[in-house]
Amino acid sequence: MKYFLLTLAALTFVYPFIWMLSASLSAESGLGDLALLPEQFTWNNYVTVFTKIPLGRAFLNSAFVAIVTTGLVLVTGAMVGYALARYEFVGRDWIFYAIIFTMTLPFQITLIPNYITMVRLGWIDTYLALIVPFSLSSLAVLLFRQAFQSLPQALIDAARIDGAGELRIIFQILVPNVLPTVLTIMILTFMGLWNEALWPLIVIRDESTMTMPQLVTLFSVGGRAEGQLGVKIAAAVLLAVPVVVLYLFFQKHFIRSMASSGLKD
Amino acid sequence: MKKLTPYLLVSPYVLHFAVFVAFPVVFSIVLTFHRWNIISPMEYIGLSNYERLLHDRLFWQAVWNTVRFLLVHIPLQIVVALGLAELLNRTVRGASFFRGAFFLPVIVSGVVVTILWQQLLGFNAGLINRMLTGLHLPRVAWLDDPTIAMYSIAMMATWKNVGLYVILFLVGLQSVPEQYYEAADLEGATAWQKFRYITLPIINPTLFTVVVLSTISGFSLFIEPYIMTEGGPLNSTLSAVMYIYKQAFQYYHMGYSATLGFCFALLILFVVIIQRRYVEQES
Repeated sequence: MKYFLLTLAALTFVYPFIWMLSASLSAESGLGDLALLPEQFTWNNYVTVFTKIPLGRAFLNSAFVAIVTTGLVLVTGAMVGYALARYEFVGRDWIFYAIIFTMTLPFQITLIPNYITMVRLGWIDTYLALIVPFSLSSLAVLLFRQAFQSLPQALIDAARIDGAGELRIIFQILVPNVLPTVLTIMILTFMGLWNEALWPLIVIRDESTMTMPQLVTLFSVGGRAEGQLGVKIAAAVLLAVPVVVLYLFFQKHFIRSMASSGLKD
Repeated sequence: MKKLTPYLLVSPYVLHFAVFVAFPVVFSIVLTFHRWNIISPMEYIGLSNYERLLHDRLFWQAVWNTVRFLLVHIPLQIVVALGLAELLNRTVRGASFFRGAFFLPVIVSGVVVTILWQQLLGFNAGLINRMLTGLHLPRVAWLDDPTIAMYSIAMMATWKNVGLYVILFLVGLQSVPEQYYEAADLEGATAWQKFRYITLPIINPTLFTVVVLSTISGFSLFIEPYIMTEGGPLNSTLSAVMYIYKQAFQYYHMGYSATLGFCFALLILFVVIIQRRYVEQES
């Protein structure tokens, strides 16, 4: 009985995705079937998507933005987290207050002013607008701080005696010792950026700079799909595939990372 | 130099905080007293934006829509998540497979999930209505009926997010000592009594986390109704964030939109503080 219910639930969550994949490979007439395998197999929907919108370009944009930003979040997070974990300095408490303030502040309040900042900086329609505002994460700072605190002081002292500078201590000695934390931050940041649609919709108007979720959204609501459901679904499949593939490889880490970020608050 | 080191290390944080958190908060308050279309100079208009907000029926409808969404989404999510977590809790075989399956929609973009559910919820060709007619039940106008549309979106959001909350509850449930249940069994307690008097008090903190997390994410509702219904039918799925977005980027009412964002953010903080108070009193 229990396994019956669990299987039913698992099907509820997985079956729609399989149906979506199958629908994207079906001819328009075969859509709406409950069947798992397309009746008339065709790549047409995918061909149409790529001719209608620059999805390949959007994929590269998304990948570029997500990878660069994730890298920056790791670098800044490790630096700030290290200072908070290993130094006593005047004003340290204020950094904590700032972190707590940032994490409780609803984004609805900063949305419009941040857009105006982008306009003033001339960053509209540039990668800078997609990268810089997300280049530092309070959660990453907290996670690094926590991880660094649990490392022995001897590790740092030994490196100092060898004449290592602070940056070398952070990135060559400490970071390799907290790889699970690094992985958690990578997963959370990458996934968040890959799926983010609202901010790109605001700061990017030029199609060649658009990210994938943005382009798929505009394609879907803008009427360019022209009621061709299969094409719309194919676009959605392409948007889902990269994260799902990563998920299949790092399933446990994904779940653990997201659960730990949820329990942080 | 030694003294400077920590300051150099935290300087990226201070800079980022100043530009993307502190300045916007201050500037958003300034904006609420101005009329501005971003091109011509700002015009000071006192409290007019606030006055307008009070009488803006569409804004209050958007807030109410968001609240209606939450009122269905949160209880549904808690019940389903707790149920699935309870089922998984004492399963050994295949537990990680089931967890992985429940979690799949969590990692996928809301854009994907919405496009998918648009097909599932269609009136004529939608899979759910096909299943209903297959069972000789009447079709439901999931997205076309203004009284139902927002709840359909709440159902979809639950499907998307519930996997995360299953995991959170599972962590909570696993902290309940097995002996407590054994003792209750000896006393002849029913399943409900065991849940009410043993499980619930222990998972209370998790329950609070789940309520707060889904409140905050629910108040951010945007992309789902934006794609699914574009706020319709009859503005019944217009969410507060969608309305703020429209005011800013369709009508270029920057001052008014900032006022909406500011007041809506205060409302969110207010709700979260109330929730926290309530939980502290309970425990």
